[in-house]
Amino acid sequence: MTRPTFTLDGVAISFDEGQTIIEAARKAGVFIPFLCAHPEFPAHGSCRVCTVLVNGRAMASCTTKAADGQVVESNTAALTRDRQALVQMLFVEGNHFCPGCEKSGACTLQSLGKDLAVTSAGFAHESPTRPVDASHPDILLDFNRCILCELCVRASSDVDKKDVFALSGRGLDKHLIVNAESGRLADTGMATTDKAMSVCPVGVILWKRRGFADPIGKRPHDVESPRQRVEGKGKTS
Amino acid sequence: MRADSPGVRSTSDILDAHRGDPTRLVQILRDAQRECGNWLPARVITEIAAGLGLPRARVEGVAGFYAFLHLSPVGRFRVLVSDNITDQFAGSREVAGALCRRLGVKRGRVRSDGRVSVDFTSCTGLCDQAPAILVNGQAVPRVTGMRLDAVVRCIEANLPLEEWPQDLLRVDDGVRQAGPVLSATLAPGEALKKMLHEPAERVLAVLEGSKLRGRGGAGFSVATKWNTCRLAPNDCVVVCNADEGEPGTFKDRLLLMRHADHVFEGMTIAARFTGATAGFVYLRGEYEFLAPHLREVLHQRRAAKLLGTSIAGERGFDFDIDVHLGAGAYVCGEETALLESLEGKRGVPRHKPPFPVTHGYLGRPTVVNNVETFADAAWLFANGLDAWGALGTPQSSGTKLLSVAGDVERPGIYEVPWGTTLREVLTLAGAERTKAVQVGGPSAELVPPSMFDRRLAFEDLPCAGAIAVFNDSRDLLDVVVNYAHFFAHESCGFCTPCRVGTHVATRSLDKLRRGQGSQSELNELNTLTRLLRDTSHCGLGATAPNGWRHYLDRFQDDLQRRLSVEFQPAFDVEKALAAARVARGDEP
Amino acid sequence: MTAKVRVATTSLAGCFGCHMSFLDIDERILPLLDKVTFDRSPLTDLKHAGPCDVGLVEGGVCNEDNLHVLREFRKQCKVLVAVGACAINGGLPAQRNQFDVGDLLRHVYFEEPGLTRRVVPDDPELPALFDKVRPIHELVKVDYFLPGCPPPADAFWAFLSDLLEGRDPRLPPGAIRYD
Ligand SMILES: Cc1cc2nc3c(=O)[nH]c(=O)nc-3n(C[C@H](O)[C@H](O)[C@H](O)COP(=O)(O)O)c2cc1C
Ligand code: SF4
Ligand code: SF4
Ligand code: SF4
Repeated sequence: MTRPTFTLDGVAISFDEGQTIIEAARKAGVFIPFLCAHPEFPAHGSCRVCTVLVNGRAMASCTTKAADGQVVESNTAALTRDRQALVQMLFVEGNHFCPGCEKSGACTLQSLGKDLAVTSAGFAHESPTRPVDASHPDILLDFNRCILCELCVRASSDVDKKDVFALSGRGLDKHLIVNAESGRLADTGMATTDKAMSVCPVGVILWKRRGFADPIGKRPHDVESPRQRVEGKGKTS
Repeated sequence: MRADSPGVRSTSDILDAHRGDPTRLVQILRDAQRECGNWLPARVITEIAAGLGLPRARVEGVAGFYAFLHLSPVGRFRVLVSDNITDQFAGSREVAGALCRRLGVKRGRVRSDGRVSVDFTSCTGLCDQAPAILVNGQAVPRVTGMRLDAVVRCIEANLPLEEWPQDLLRVDDGVRQAGPVLSATLAPGEALKKMLHEPAERVLAVLEGSKLRGRGGAGFSVATKWNTCRLAPNDCVVVCNADEGEPGTFKDRLLLMRHADHVFEGMTIAARFTGATAGFVYLRGEYEFLAPHLREVLHQRRAAKLLGTSIAGERGFDFDIDVHLGAGAYVCGEETALLESLEGKRGVPRHKPPFPVTHGYLGRPTVVNNVETFADAAWLFANGLDAWGALGTPQSSGTKLLSVAGDVERPGIYEVPWGTTLREVLTLAGAERTKAVQVGGPSAELVPPSMFDRRLAFEDLPCAGAIAVFNDSRDLLDVVVNYAHFFAHESCGFCTPCRVGTHVATRSLDKLRRGQGSQSELNELNTLTRLLRDTSHCGLGATAPNGWRHYLDRFQDDLQRRLSVEFQPAFDVEKALAAARVARGDEP
Repeated sequence: MTAKVRVATTSLAGCFGCHMSFLDIDERILPLLDKVTFDRSPLTDLKHAGPCDVGLVEGGVCNEDNLHVLREFRKQCKVLVAVGACAINGGLPAQRNQFDVGDLLRHVYFEEPGLTRRVVPDDPELPALFDKVRPIHELVKVDYFLPGCPPPADAFWAFLSDLLEGRDPRLPPGAIRYD
């Protein structure tokens, strides 16, 4: 029996029943931009940068199941503009200063921005005030860079069974909180060995005293960007 | 506050009253807040979390989601002024100003003695009795003149709400034109008994024959929804969507006030048909004042064996209805966000599919319908297909309740058959020199006079209930700006386009209104229109641009007069320099 | 011979790092000079820009004077380019945005050790600070952005080459950097 297939920008992609469009594309080595998706966790569908046209209708490819005969478009000028705008929105919503960020060169947001040729934030900056939490002996939380993808929430809950993180507020005031009456990370059960320590796509959950270890040119995404990783074209592969 | 007011319930009393059930978290937080002087101290959150066995952060996150739950102190009298545009045109801004001045409090702050705080809130569903306020959740309509004096007096006298003059708290029915549905007086159980012994196929045939469609907005077929639920495995749930959050809509308020029996009857019919055992009314927090009445009617229906076990003597027909209150979140009108809230969570819309008809409340198949849909269903079964079929148009059967407000002689509720033109409605309500009508609320259509002959019908001009009328003395940018701020305030924040985009739009529109908007702002708004429509996770984000989109498309003359030729800064330059000038001593 | 393209550059709240990076185009500056004349720039030391084809702005807007210069630049330049992280999102100077500027001034002039006169200087020569450091696109219309801290020399080169050839400037993949 032949496997079911859909076309992605004209290329036939075969998939297994139950796979989402982005999963099937990734397996086939085709990159669809993403931020909040993570292969080890169920789809979240909040960043919306993986939006594609499915039979002409805009849908998030991380939450839409692949179906036989679907016609999917991803690499269109209009979708690229939408994705650029979404990345720009994430930039202006927080405080992102890449030159001074420990995550620079390993950051999914930064890499996606470059991949989409985003050259400016476009919109006016919010410049929110978001104090960092340095209470934990080994971990720093810099909320200025949070894109609210909930990966840490999900990792801490589903894998670590600790529920260190949750979201509060709504709208533009939506923000990450930690599981302590004091509001301080030091008073939660967070440990550096937690899964939640390693899932943040941006520079929020950081090891203290470990920043800027790799020189420019040798950082993870300098070696292999998220796109190269999917396409199998990284310098290492 | 708890220490010096003996007899108030402790957190554990409250948890017990809710059987320690985490799905009742929103109700628990509401109750706890009332006991704690209108806010939720950190310690109480910790206690509730421990009592329910939930992570503390999750409880805090739920509390942080709802506008009517507070994690920092508000006044013991928490005054919220309805900020819908029709309230604004009726003087809500002046009311807020007067209240602040006379009570000696800054808007958004708590008076130093902790007595009172004053702030704005989204539409309270009292546009026909504007300007309206909520005091600790209790609606107070028409707060001008002597009524405003009375509010101030009651607060200064520290009078408990129960002792406020009843006249001050009375909400009028507001019925201006009753049609068949509003004039009907069904005896409790009358409609139910007509279908009780009918086989499901016959009931389905009536529903299908009636072409009854949902009244909450999308106009989905009731027959299909109920039948899908009926055929799904597992125990079904029937939910009445009484969130009525769309600004300018207040017709469900009337149905719940005056025809609650009809609504419950419709829900019970749905339960009979689908085999549901549990029912909920999700009542918007703004309508808290209706809750005692609804509970009383439910109580009477239980006594009359129309709810509970063996309903109407039928063994195995068990169904009951519980009233859940929302807490200030428009998005909870979206059916999956509503279900999340009903389960005690943040009101974030779910991914669809699966749809509630197969996976709804706690994963069970769930019928969610608007208040009016259930009332119509009861009417349909009481009066039969032929009577129903005589009303409306081929694709939009029956009548529609309209909430008419704004610049009209006679604001209030009108029941009209589907197919009535907008112009006819305007004439009925006494609208003159009308410049534009927002039909269906901010998420729907801004209609110019050239389109007044369109018919209210799913196939032409759909309308979930709101008819907000603006005459030629009004600035439509005030309207559009108000709507944009509404969506930014109500965005749940889940997805990027809506969370950030609705806010960015308010900035551009604010600039336009100040006469500082240029082509750059128009470009930005057009980008946002497309982005929100195509990439939002739910209907809130997808429809948020409608107000400005229709304004930009349909009111070109108005727009052109407002455009600035030159690009203007994104912020007020002088204001941005003020702090430093003060520090230098250049300015006081 | 066609008229040369007039280019002006300026630095607002920036560190001149972007200017230095521009000069890193090295010997390529010679063919560039065949096509370009510099108006106001550190190379010419002119105080005010005249009418120009292209204006390159480094640095964000931190005070009144920055705004004044930026507005003048915008008026004079047909094409305005925001160059570098600071012009594009405020950059390093914008790290102060999380503090109240009044508190900052008082802290610096009242509480820091070694100051005898505890006053915030109020000399008309000293421009007043904005509450926040802003990227230039929030104050004037910007036509192009060259990101990076600083943008690599190749980005300047590719950008100006495109512009001079009349193409819509497009940065080669490696030339888009945020740090
Ligand atoms: C943001 C948003 C708010 C909504 N608010 C309401 C509401 O207040 N009342 C309502 O009945 N439906 C509301 N709906 C529609 C519901 O999701 C759902 O379609 C409706 O309750 C189904 O009932 P019906 O078929 O009887 O109309 C809303 C939808 C969205 C997207
Ligand atoms: S989190 Fe990423 S995008 Fe944000 S400042 Fe750090 S590197 Fe840049
Ligand atoms: S801290 Fe990181 S992982 Fe957690 S929500 Fe924010 S961006 Fe996502
Ligand atoms: S569109 Fe997105 S952010 Fe807006 S209310 Fe819906 S889910 Fe929430």
